[in-house]
Amino acid sequence: MTQVLSELNGLVLGLFIICTIAMTVTRQIGACMLIFVVQSLLLAASAFLLGADPFSWHLFALGCVTVVSKAIIIPWLLRVLTPRGNYYRRELSQALDVPITLLIALALTFAGYAFAQHVVRAAPNLSAGNIAMGFAALLVGLLILAVRTEAVPQLLGILAMENAAFLVGIAIAPDFPLIAELAIAFDVPLLAFIVALLTRIAYRQMGTTEVGTFASLREGP
Amino acid sequence: MTILLIPSVALLAAIWNAIPRSARIAPTITVVASLIALVVAVGLLLQLQFGATVAVAPGWVEVDALGALLVILIALVYFTAALFSWGYLAVEEHTERRTSLYHANFNLFAFSMLCIPLLSELGLVWIFVELTTLLSVLLVSYAMTSQAVEAAWKYMVLTLLGATIAVLGVLMLFWTLHAAGSTDFTWSGLRLAAPRMNHALLSTAFVLLLVGYGAKIGLVPLHTWLPDAHSQAPSPVCAMLSGIETSAVLYVLLRLRNVFAADSDLHVGLWFAVVGLISVGVAALLIVQAHDYKRLFAFSTVEHMGIILTAASIFSPIGDVATLWQMLAHAVTKSFCFYAAGAALIVTGTRDIADVRGLLGMSRVASAGLLVGGLAIGGAPPMVVFPSEIAILRAALEAHGYALAVLLSIFIVIAFFGVMWHVTSMLTGKPSQQIVRDVPRSCSLTLFLAAIPVLVLGVWLPTGLANALQAAAKVLGA
Repeated sequence: MTQVLSELNGLVLGLFIICTIAMTVTRQIGACMLIFVVQSLLLAASAFLLGADPFSWHLFALGCVTVVSKAIIIPWLLRVLTPRGNYYRRELSQALDVPITLLIALALTFAGYAFAQHVVRAAPNLSAGNIAMGFAALLVGLLILAVRTEAVPQLLGILAMENAAFLVGIAIAPDFPLIAELAIAFDVPLLAFIVALLTRIAYRQMGTTEVGTFASLREGP
Repeated sequence: MTILLIPSVALLAAIWNAIPRSARIAPTITVVASLIALVVAVGLLLQLQFGATVAVAPGWVEVDALGALLVILIALVYFTAALFSWGYLAVEEHTERRTSLYHANFNLFAFSMLCIPLLSELGLVWIFVELTTLLSVLLVSYAMTSQAVEAAWKYMVLTLLGATIAVLGVLMLFWTLHAAGSTDFTWSGLRLAAPRMNHALLSTAFVLLLVGYGAKIGLVPLHTWLPDAHSQAPSPVCAMLSGIETSAVLYVLLRLRNVFAADSDLHVGLWFAVVGLISVGVAALLIVQAHDYKRLFAFSTVEHMGIILTAASIFSPIGDVATLWQMLAHAVTKSFCFYAAGAALIVTGTRDIADVRGLLGMSRVASAGLLVGGLAIGGAPPMVVFPSEIAILRAALEAHGYALAVLLSIFIVIAFFGVMWHVTSMLTGKPSQQIVRDVPRSCSLTLFLAAIPVLVLGVWLPTGLANALQAAAKVLGA
């Protein structure tokens, strides 16, 4: 990998983790979706940069499938299938307030980065940045799931975690047979479709899509 | 090529049932498809009972005795659940269209599970594990009540979270394999390369896969989706989720056990024993304080997954046979328990244990089912769980795992008395309510058919099945 490509990839990785952290605190659901689209485009960009030298058609295919699936199909599916007006609403009932969430996100970023060093030492010739930022973003994705109460941001949290896993994957397993392409091409749109249907049913049954507040199922008389 | 027929019939049945005009014959189509899958699966098991392997596409679609054992368990529960669904859904009086969509989804769910043991490439296996969640979420929310939606959401979020962590484990394992100089990402390829794998990478992959798949299996503390989903999903779906879906994912971990065990510094046996025993212990205590009989059986699934994982930690030939025997016993018994719970729900209209009294006087079918199911799942002789649990304890003692055997025995006894305390309280006493409905004939027939393996396999294992168990255990221990 040339110096220029490597530096560009470093920039992409920095933006990737910033987007993931921003998803934890962006209250408007539409804006959260937009940040997820940018995060997915950054994953695709990293795949293109890593796949340029030495050339890897697997990484180019993965980048293309990511753009089509996560930047086009998923936002479209969610907008069509989930209740209208959802995207312009601000989510006010997050489990934690913004400063605390940001602090935890930063701590998780450092923790993910530190954990990744243990893995990077085992194979220093690979893109260490992807591995470190991937692990950090995976933990921040968990935080999104923990603090967001609305259905769509929770789904975006899962998808952000998946993006993080594939950010590591494109560095450690660039010629991975089929799985990444197939998963992103078929599983992820299916996931978005099912979540959107479930969100619709929840809205119809309970008049809300704040799934994080559901707490009727408990062990007890 | 006949092995491809097994998932194909489920897929074809799903496509047929999705056609709006097929609503009336949807249950028949599902039962016929599941019966075909079961017959072919029996043929496959008999073919592979002496340890052969069938490869349709080498490196991608291959099945050995261990895979064939899981295929027959999935096909068996698929068939009985299809039969139970027939009468169960008729009672609920949904529209024909909703019923046919249920059957389409049900067959797709079965299809995704049937593919797992037929595949040998780990990436594809992961995709089908994730598909089992995606294709069953709407089955869990089928009742369309607020509680069912909540249960489905929790199930989806927790298991997909697990799948996302597991995919990183799969990628890490591929990297580890690559670094060891191999590209054969199959069960056998991984086992061959295992001694050359890097410790840091292998341990990271192990932790990610244990946590990721552990969420789907329902290992403590990632088990919380299980009682919620099982209390809300229709009973035949519970039978599929509990009886075989959890086992199908545990099968993936079991197949990877010896890959990780090749690195002695990883202490895989210790990890399996600790996680397994914690799951058994916590589940036993949760069983005692359960208030909903479907949740009670869900906690029992957590217990059984823990028992199987603990048995796999023993690393001996007899321990491996016992592990797979327990998996078999769990599949046939737990599905039976959920059919019995479904019958009780039809008769009483409630899942609350405290609201059900004198069931013996209300319905012989439901009460006999609950009694047999409770005794069987608790491990009472001579039913199928009893010899498998005895075999596990014997294997633990032979391997000098005395603490493991003692702890396991204590937890199993607590769970047994917990289950029987709740079941007897429901069966005895003065009937507290009117009979809501009678148990439909197809549900009674299912209970009768599903009781046969529960009662018979504890005292007699057919030669073909016994051979297959031995051959599968050899694959597991290889």
